[in-house]
Amino acid sequence: MAYAAFLVLAVLAIGSAVGLILRKNAIHGALFLVVNLGSIAALYLMLGAEFLAAAQVLVYAGAIMVLFVFAIMVLIPGKEEIGPDPRRGARLLAVPVGALLLLLLVFGVVARWSGPPVPGGPSGSVAAVGRLLFTSYLFPFELTSVLLLAAMVGVLLLARRRA
Amino acid sequence: MVPESYYVTLSAVLFTIGVVGVVIRRNPLVIFMSIELMLNAANLALVAFGQRYGNLDGQAVVFFVMAVAAAEVAVGLAIIVTIFRLRRRLSVDDLSLMRW
Repeated sequence: MAYAAFLVLAVLAIGSAVGLILRKNAIHGALFLVVNLGSIAALYLMLGAEFLAAAQVLVYAGAIMVLFVFAIMVLIPGKEEIGPDPRRGARLLAVPVGALLLLLLVFGVVARWSGPPVPGGPSGSVAAVGRLLFTSYLFPFELTSVLLLAAMVGVLLLARRRA
Repeated sequence: MVPESYYVTLSAVLFTIGVVGVVIRRNPLVIFMSIELMLNAANLALVAFGQRYGNLDGQAVVFFVMAVAAAEVAVGLAIIVTIFRLRRRLSVDDLSLMRW
Protein backbone atom coordinates (compact mmCIF):
# COMPACT_ATOMS: atom_id res chain seq x y z
CA MET A 1 0.00 0.00 0.00
CA ALA A 2 2.74 2.43 0.97
CA TYR A 3 4.70 1.38 -2.10
CA ALA A 4 1.73 2.07 -4.35
CA ALA A 5 1.26 5.53 -2.85
CA PHE A 6 4.97 6.26 -3.23
CA LEU A 7 4.90 5.12 -6.85
CA VAL A 8 1.92 7.33 -7.72
CA LEU A 9 3.48 10.36 -6.01
CA ALA A 10 6.88 9.75 -7.61
CA VAL A 11 5.35 9.50 -11.09
CA LEU A 12 3.37 12.69 -10.43
CA ALA A 13 6.47 14.54 -9.21
CA ILE A 14 8.72 13.44 -12.07
CA GLY A 15 6.06 13.95 -14.73
CA SER A 16 5.25 17.45 -13.57
CA ALA A 17 8.96 18.32 -13.34
CA VAL A 18 9.49 17.19 -16.93
CA GLY A 19 6.42 19.16 -17.97
CA LEU A 20 7.83 22.25 -16.27
CA ILE A 21 11.04 22.22 -18.26
CA LEU A 22 9.50 21.20 -21.61
CA ARG A 23 6.41 23.38 -21.94
CA LYS A 24 6.99 26.61 -23.84
CA ASN A 25 4.36 28.56 -21.94
CA ALA A 26 5.64 29.76 -18.57
CA ILE A 27 2.19 29.76 -16.98
CA HIS A 28 1.80 26.06 -17.77
CA GLY A 29 5.21 25.56 -16.20
CA ALA A 30 4.02 27.33 -13.05
CA LEU A 31 0.96 25.06 -12.82
CA PHE A 32 3.17 22.00 -13.27
CA LEU A 33 5.38 23.28 -10.47
CA VAL A 34 2.34 23.53 -8.18
CA VAL A 35 1.57 19.85 -8.88
CA ASN A 36 5.19 18.98 -8.17
CA LEU A 37 5.25 20.89 -4.86
CA GLY A 38 1.98 19.27 -3.82
CA SER A 39 3.25 15.76 -4.45
CA ILE A 40 6.42 16.55 -2.50
CA ALA A 41 4.23 17.74 0.37
CA ALA A 42 2.45 14.37 0.28
CA LEU A 43 5.83 12.62 0.32
CA TYR A 44 6.75 14.63 3.44
CA LEU A 45 3.58 13.28 5.05
CA MET A 46 4.63 9.74 4.15
CA LEU A 47 8.00 10.40 5.80
CA GLY A 48 6.27 11.56 8.96
CA ALA A 49 7.15 15.23 8.53
CA GLU A 50 3.71 16.70 9.18
CA PHE A 51 4.88 20.20 9.99
CA LEU A 52 6.95 20.42 6.82
CA ALA A 53 4.07 19.14 4.69
CA ALA A 54 1.88 21.96 5.99
CA ALA A 55 4.67 24.51 5.59
CA GLN A 56 5.34 23.30 2.06
CA VAL A 57 1.72 23.86 1.05
CA LEU A 58 1.55 27.24 2.78
CA VAL A 59 4.91 28.70 1.81
CA TYR A 60 5.71 27.09 -1.54
CA ALA A 61 2.40 26.19 -3.15
CA GLY A 62 0.79 29.24 -1.58
CA ALA A 63 3.04 32.25 -1.25
CA ILE A 64 5.90 31.54 -3.63
CA MET A 65 3.73 30.27 -6.48
CA VAL A 66 1.42 33.28 -6.20
CA LEU A 67 4.49 35.47 -6.63
CA PHE A 68 5.56 33.46 -9.68
CA VAL A 69 2.16 33.54 -11.35
CA PHE A 70 1.89 37.25 -10.63
CA ALA A 71 5.31 37.93 -12.17
CA ILE A 72 4.46 35.84 -15.24
CA MET A 73 1.19 37.72 -15.72
CA VAL A 74 2.94 41.09 -15.38
CA LEU A 75 5.96 40.32 -17.52
CA ILE A 76 5.09 38.23 -20.49
CA PRO A 77 3.32 40.14 -23.21
CA GLY A 78 3.04 37.13 -25.51
CA LYS A 79 5.07 34.08 -26.31
CA GLU A 80 8.53 33.97 -24.88
CA GLU A 81 11.45 32.13 -26.44
CA ILE A 82 10.13 32.72 -29.93
CA GLY A 83 12.49 32.36 -32.84
CA PRO A 84 15.26 29.87 -33.40
CA ASP A 85 17.73 29.24 -30.64
CA PRO A 86 21.19 30.43 -31.73
CA ARG A 87 22.86 28.18 -29.19
CA ARG A 88 20.75 25.08 -29.65
CA GLY A 89 23.71 22.73 -29.95
CA ALA A 90 25.28 23.93 -26.72
CA ARG A 91 21.96 23.69 -24.89
CA LEU A 92 21.27 20.16 -26.06
CA LEU A 93 24.52 19.11 -24.41
CA ALA A 94 22.58 19.48 -21.16
CA VAL A 95 20.87 16.13 -21.75
CA PRO A 96 24.00 13.90 -21.72
CA VAL A 97 25.54 15.99 -18.95
CA GLY A 98 22.33 15.63 -16.94
CA ALA A 99 22.37 11.87 -17.46
CA LEU A 100 25.96 11.82 -16.21
CA LEU A 101 25.00 13.84 -13.14
CA LEU A 102 22.14 11.46 -12.40
CA LEU A 103 24.45 8.45 -12.64
CA LEU A 104 26.92 10.16 -10.33
CA LEU A 105 24.23 10.99 -7.78
CA VAL A 106 22.67 7.54 -7.84
CA PHE A 107 25.92 5.60 -7.63
CA GLY A 108 27.79 8.05 -5.44
CA VAL A 109 25.12 8.79 -2.87
CA VAL A 110 22.19 6.44 -3.07
CA ALA A 111 23.97 3.14 -3.70
CA ARG A 112 26.21 3.49 -0.63
CA TRP A 113 23.30 4.30 1.49
CA SER A 114 20.68 1.68 0.84
CA GLY A 115 19.35 -0.64 3.47
CA PRO A 116 16.16 -1.61 5.17
CA PRO A 117 14.04 1.22 6.54
CA VAL A 118 14.47 2.05 10.18
CA PRO A 119 11.15 1.71 11.96
CA GLY A 120 10.03 4.38 14.34
CA GLY A 121 11.79 7.45 13.01
CA PRO A 122 11.33 10.83 14.69
CA SER A 123 7.92 12.40 14.76
CA GLY A 124 7.81 15.56 12.68
CA SER A 125 4.80 16.94 14.48
CA VAL A 126 4.37 20.67 14.99
CA ALA A 127 5.15 20.33 18.69
CA ALA A 128 8.41 18.42 18.14
CA VAL A 129 9.73 20.64 15.34
CA GLY A 130 8.63 23.78 17.17
CA ARG A 131 10.45 22.73 20.33
CA LEU A 132 13.60 22.10 18.31
CA LEU A 133 13.34 25.43 16.46
CA PHE A 134 12.92 27.39 19.66
CA THR A 135 15.70 25.67 21.59
CA SER A 136 18.69 24.43 19.57
CA TYR A 137 17.93 26.53 16.51
CA LEU A 138 16.75 29.68 18.24
CA PHE A 139 19.52 31.95 16.93
CA PRO A 140 19.20 30.89 13.26
CA PHE A 141 15.45 31.19 13.63
CA GLU A 142 15.79 34.80 14.75
CA LEU A 143 18.29 35.49 11.97
CA THR A 144 15.66 34.26 9.50
CA SER A 145 13.43 37.15 10.46
CA VAL A 146 16.26 39.60 9.79
CA LEU A 147 16.81 37.95 6.41
CA LEU A 148 13.15 38.26 5.46
CA LEU A 149 13.09 41.89 6.55
CA ALA A 150 16.21 42.61 4.47
CA ALA A 151 14.63 40.89 1.46
CA MET A 152 11.48 42.96 1.85
CA VAL A 153 13.42 46.23 2.04
CA GLY A 154 15.55 45.22 -0.94
CA VAL A 155 12.50 44.38 -3.05
CA LEU A 156 10.90 47.71 -2.22
CA LEU A 157 14.07 49.46 -3.31
CA LEU A 158 14.26 47.49 -6.57
CA ALA A 159 10.59 47.88 -7.42
CA ARG A 160 10.51 51.63 -6.88
CA ARG A 161 10.15 53.49 -10.15
CA ARG A 162 13.10 55.64 -11.00
CA ALA A 163 12.13 59.26 -10.65
CA MET B 1 7.23 1.06 4.79
CA VAL B 2 9.13 2.50 1.85
CA PRO B 3 12.94 2.48 2.30
CA GLU B 4 14.50 5.92 2.56
CA SER B 5 16.82 5.22 -0.37
CA TYR B 6 13.79 5.36 -2.68
CA TYR B 7 13.13 8.92 -1.56
CA VAL B 8 16.76 9.85 -2.10
CA THR B 9 16.68 8.34 -5.60
CA LEU B 10 13.56 10.34 -6.42
CA SER B 11 15.29 13.42 -5.06
CA ALA B 12 18.31 12.78 -7.33
CA VAL B 13 16.02 12.46 -10.37
CA LEU B 14 14.19 15.70 -9.55
CA PHE B 15 17.47 17.54 -8.95
CA THR B 16 18.79 16.40 -12.33
CA ILE B 17 15.61 17.53 -14.09
CA GLY B 18 16.07 20.92 -12.42
CA VAL B 19 19.68 21.19 -13.61
CA VAL B 20 18.68 20.31 -17.18
CA GLY B 21 15.87 22.86 -17.02
CA VAL B 22 18.24 25.64 -15.92
CA VAL B 23 20.53 24.91 -18.87
CA ILE B 24 18.07 24.35 -21.71
CA ARG B 25 15.57 27.15 -21.10
CA ARG B 26 15.92 30.78 -22.11
CA ASN B 27 13.12 32.31 -20.10
CA PRO B 28 14.50 33.52 -16.74
CA LEU B 29 11.20 32.78 -14.99
CA VAL B 30 11.33 29.13 -16.02
CA ILE B 31 14.98 29.00 -14.98
CA PHE B 32 13.93 30.34 -11.60
CA MET B 33 11.23 27.69 -11.28
CA SER B 34 13.79 25.01 -12.11
CA ILE B 35 15.94 26.33 -9.27
CA GLU B 36 12.95 25.92 -6.95
CA LEU B 37 12.69 22.36 -8.21
CA MET B 38 16.30 21.72 -7.22
CA LEU B 39 15.76 23.26 -3.77
CA ASN B 40 12.78 20.98 -3.24
CA ALA B 41 14.74 17.92 -4.32
CA ALA B 42 17.43 18.80 -1.76
CA ASN B 43 14.75 19.29 0.90
CA LEU B 44 13.29 15.87 0.18
CA ALA B 45 16.72 14.29 0.54
CA LEU B 46 17.26 16.13 3.86
CA VAL B 47 13.99 14.86 5.29
CA ALA B 48 14.79 11.32 4.13
CA PHE B 49 18.28 11.43 5.70
CA GLY B 50 16.85 12.80 8.93
CA GLN B 51 14.31 9.99 9.02
CA ARG B 52 17.07 7.46 8.52
CA TYR B 53 19.26 8.78 11.31
CA GLY B 54 16.35 9.27 13.65
CA ASN B 55 16.65 12.95 14.48
CA LEU B 56 14.78 16.09 13.60
CA ASP B 57 17.71 18.31 12.62
CA GLY B 58 17.12 17.63 8.93
CA GLN B 59 13.60 18.95 9.22
CA ALA B 60 14.80 22.09 10.99
CA VAL B 61 17.25 22.72 8.14
CA VAL B 62 14.44 22.26 5.61
CA PHE B 63 12.47 24.92 7.45
CA PHE B 64 15.36 27.38 7.05
CA VAL B 65 15.76 26.44 3.39
CA MET B 66 12.10 27.32 2.86
CA ALA B 67 12.54 30.71 4.51
CA VAL B 68 15.65 31.48 2.44
CA ALA B 69 13.87 30.34 -0.72
CA ALA B 70 11.01 32.72 -0.02
CA ALA B 71 13.43 35.64 0.37
CA GLU B 72 15.35 34.55 -2.73
CA VAL B 73 12.22 34.37 -4.88
CA ALA B 74 11.08 37.83 -3.80
CA VAL B 75 14.43 39.45 -4.58
CA GLY B 76 14.98 37.46 -7.78
CA LEU B 77 11.58 38.27 -9.24
CA ALA B 78 12.09 41.95 -8.41
CA ILE B 79 15.39 41.89 -10.31
CA ILE B 80 13.74 40.18 -13.30
CA VAL B 81 10.92 42.74 -13.33
CA THR B 82 13.43 45.60 -13.17
CA ILE B 83 15.46 44.16 -16.05
CA PHE B 84 12.31 43.68 -18.10
CA ARG B 85 11.35 47.28 -17.47
CA LEU B 86 14.72 48.46 -18.75
CA ARG B 87 14.98 46.20 -21.80
CA ARG B 88 11.46 45.15 -22.76
CA ARG B 89 12.84 41.71 -23.56
CA LEU B 90 13.16 38.63 -21.46
CA SER B 91 15.84 36.25 -22.60
CA VAL B 92 18.86 35.26 -20.59
CA ASP B 93 21.06 35.49 -23.68
CA ASP B 94 20.69 39.28 -23.64
CA LEU B 95 21.60 39.60 -20.01
CA SER B 96 25.27 40.30 -19.73
CA LEU B 97 24.96 43.63 -17.93
CA MET B 98 25.93 42.13 -14.58
CA ARG B 99 29.01 40.51 -16.06
CA TRP B 100 32.25 42.33 -15.54
